[in-house]
Amino acid sequence: MREFLTKLATIDRRIIYLLTFLVVCLPMLFKMIMPIRISEEVKRAFKEIDNLKPGSIVMISIDYDAASEPELQPMLIAILRHCFSKDIKVILLGQWALGLPLGEMALNQVAKEYNKKYGEDYVNLGYRPGYTALMVGIGKELRDFFPTDYKGIPIDSFPFMRKVRNYQQIDILVGLEAGATGDAWVQFAGARFNQKIILGTTGVVAPDMFPYLQAKQIVGLIGGLQGAAEYETLVKKAGSAILGMPAQSFVHLLIIIFIIVGNIGYFILRRKK
Amino acid sequence: MIRHQLPLIITFFTGMLLIITFFIPHKPFGDLEQRFLIWYSIISGFTVLLGLDSLVRYHLGKLKKEFNIHSFILILSLFLTLILGFYSWFRFKTPFALNSPFMFLYTYVIIPLQATMFALLAFFIASAAYRAFRARTFEATLLLIAATIVMLGRVPIGGYISKGIAYFISFLFKIPYEKISETQIFAIVSDWIMNIPQNAAKRGIFIGTALGGIAMSIRIILGIERTYITK
Amino acid sequence: MFLIIFLIFQNSYFQNIKGYDTPADEGGSITLEWKIKEEFLSDTNPIKFFEIYRKEKEKEFINVGFVLSQYNTYEDKGLIDGKDYYYQIWAIREKDTLKSEIIGPIYSKAQWFNTNRLNVLIITIILFVVFLYYIEKAKKGEKLFVRKIAGLDAIDDAVGRATEMGRPILFSFGLGVITDVVTIAALSILSKIAKKCAEYGTRLLIPNYDPIVMAAAQETVKEAYLEANRPDLYKESDITYLTSDQFGYAAGCDGIILREKPGAIFWQGYFFAESLILAETGHSVGAIQIAGTTAITQLPFFIAACDYTLIGEEMFAASCYLKPEPHMLGSLKGEDFLKAIILVIFVVSTLIATLAVIFKDFTFINNLFQFINNIFTVK
Repeated sequence: MREFLTKLATIDRRIIYLLTFLVVCLPMLFKMIMPIRISEEVKRAFKEIDNLKPGSIVMISIDYDAASEPELQPMLIAILRHCFSKDIKVILLGQWALGLPLGEMALNQVAKEYNKKYGEDYVNLGYRPGYTALMVGIGKELRDFFPTDYKGIPIDSFPFMRKVRNYQQIDILVGLEAGATGDAWVQFAGARFNQKIILGTTGVVAPDMFPYLQAKQIVGLIGGLQGAAEYETLVKKAGSAILGMPAQSFVHLLIIIFIIVGNIGYFILRRKK
Repeated sequence: MIRHQLPLIITFFTGMLLIITFFIPHKPFGDLEQRFLIWYSIISGFTVLLGLDSLVRYHLGKLKKEFNIHSFILILSLFLTLILGFYSWFRFKTPFALNSPFMFLYTYVIIPLQATMFALLAFFIASAAYRAFRARTFEATLLLIAATIVMLGRVPIGGYISKGIAYFISFLFKIPYEKISETQIFAIVSDWIMNIPQNAAKRGIFIGTALGGIAMSIRIILGIERTYITK
Repeated sequence: MFLIIFLIFQNSYFQNIKGYDTPADEGGSITLEWKIKEEFLSDTNPIKFFEIYRKEKEKEFINVGFVLSQYNTYEDKGLIDGKDYYYQIWAIREKDTLKSEIIGPIYSKAQWFNTNRLNVLIITIILFVVFLYYIEKAKKGEKLFVRKIAGLDAIDDAVGRATEMGRPILFSFGLGVITDVVTIAALSILSKIAKKCAEYGTRLLIPNYDPIVMAAAQETVKEAYLEANRPDLYKESDITYLTSDQFGYAAGCDGIILREKPGAIFWQGYFFAESLILAETGHSVGAIQIAGTTAITQLPFFIAACDYTLIGEEMFAASCYLKPEPHMLGSLKGEDFLKAIILVIFVVSTLIATLAVIFKDFTFINNLFQFINNIFTVK
């Protein structure tokens, strides 16, 4: 028995990988659903968009690529559903060139569900290099960086875009972040131009954004797959985030079991020595 | 002599100029920061050519010495992506048009590859946590407990476990179960950990890093730090 | 100086309409402020948005913009300095439109100093003075104590271990670019490692994410090998560009680690989500790993997976630690002094903020709290 318990401190990596694989796959294969608790920061983000009147404008920045798509794409789809259901206009742009196709896919998917028309209800401005120069530039005049949309059509040919000159005509900026671009939005758009910002981030980046939330530099925070699942729950339309939560739950539980098992083995080994 | 001094003079002059322009809105100083950022974007675009040259030369060199399947696939993929991108750009006005061949490549090759690499993290986190989270010291034990609480608090299963604990407490202390069943203990403690001690520690590290960065920047501007310049 | 025009006589719908040259700007901008009288704010006929109209002398009014109803200011940009402009504001309501009186003439002007950033200027001057003071102090021969940094002390052991095992050393800057200060800090660490590798004859592999960083690394390593009198050992093909894609870079590094099986790995720079993939792969081949990053989110992964980790500012201290010259140590000391000042400010301002909450009616404490808040706000 002691030998077995000691071996617990040195389980082969491959067994850990195999168990992790099974624990992730099985809940998704059986399509398990679990109730989602809504956190305060996601509730705040939801309320901010929910309180907007029809015809308001939300700008969404795609600052992620395919690697973070499983976490952030459900967030984007849920937010678009929320906006379109309330007849809120959407402007899409991005700081990561490889993320814009994901934004385009989401727009096409959700626009069809709500019969929204390109140019009347939403516009995709695409990607322009510039990063912080672009963020400051939008505060002065949007057309300095985006005279046309991603297809090359002048943005003044879209009715609702004619009056949009800078952040003052944009109700909320939603930044979907896989890296450090959220800090730049807060620093430039938020601090310099008082733009209202909601950040949606991957689980790893979310803890970094809590200071901004506490300091009221952002008005809402949607963190990781859990945050995306919470937003889907609030919007009352299940997506891949809600479907992914059971798998995440069981993996967390499995890691905790590994930690406990590893510590049992460690203590017995220490006693032996 | 001038070869060693010139980069230092340029660094000092540019650094001081950008610091000064932060305080002077009047033209031409006011928009210098923007201008420099745009120049940097343009220059960094050209550095892609530098990288491309290094990559192609290295792998073509390898192929010349001896046929290497990995180098061959790399060169083939590079040029195929380039050709498809240009073709899609000319044919559909943007390479990211949904029905373009470049988007086909993006949707069925790039997205799955990137998502797969990111998904590897799940396995590595499991093995790293198993190996590293040992209660060797008091601080390590504290870290362990905090990690467990946060992991359970951030997922729905924590709610089920909270209910189980509530049932156990109601049985032990004869408290009505209905009063405490909705208390999501892990979520509450997890939120507290994320909002208070985690934030405080992060801010401390952040301030230290920021000060270190300022010190480093001042050393670079004043020419004290010269590692980026070769003799 | 800016020109302020006040509307003195009473307007039917608006009150306190002001138009003035936007302060502390590069010119070409006029700011408008207004307030709708209480009696015209109603839930049954709410204001949807405000439209701004501008005209020049002897010309017609044109619509220059709009702001949402929650705003009561507008900044009109792109104007010609010195030219007179006239403004009128329309409040567009559900059922009707309220028009303000015409205000003007107003003209814009550029300012030479941004008064909103006076606090930043004072703090910047204090920073420079403190650093220069301690650098001078160190140059005069004063001995300055620097605590041990385990990760930096372990560099020699790590290089020695790899040499004994006959395995190469891998160094990575992560996803940093040359404009990141942390990458320049990593270059100073690389310089030391490269010199040691040259002395021991150990192979040094450096896969790169950024082409400019690659060029800088090549120059740094070449120079280190020259300093060690072993230029023959320098191989440019060991310092290569991989890709500027995050996970492509991670995959490339992993492949190099699994094929070459380095004895020591140095992860020094800015990392994102790929950090654990890299560190775990390094662990799987039995390499000793020394990491250093300012990416706070990745520190836990490196601490879990690596043998030594340089946390945040320890990386910036590396160049001072590895080459303890007086002016380097002086700047380190200046940094510590500033940190002490910041700690004192924290304690004092937390106390005042707490008192301001407890004694809400005490004007003095609330004013003091606002004053401290304004000092540390950057506009």
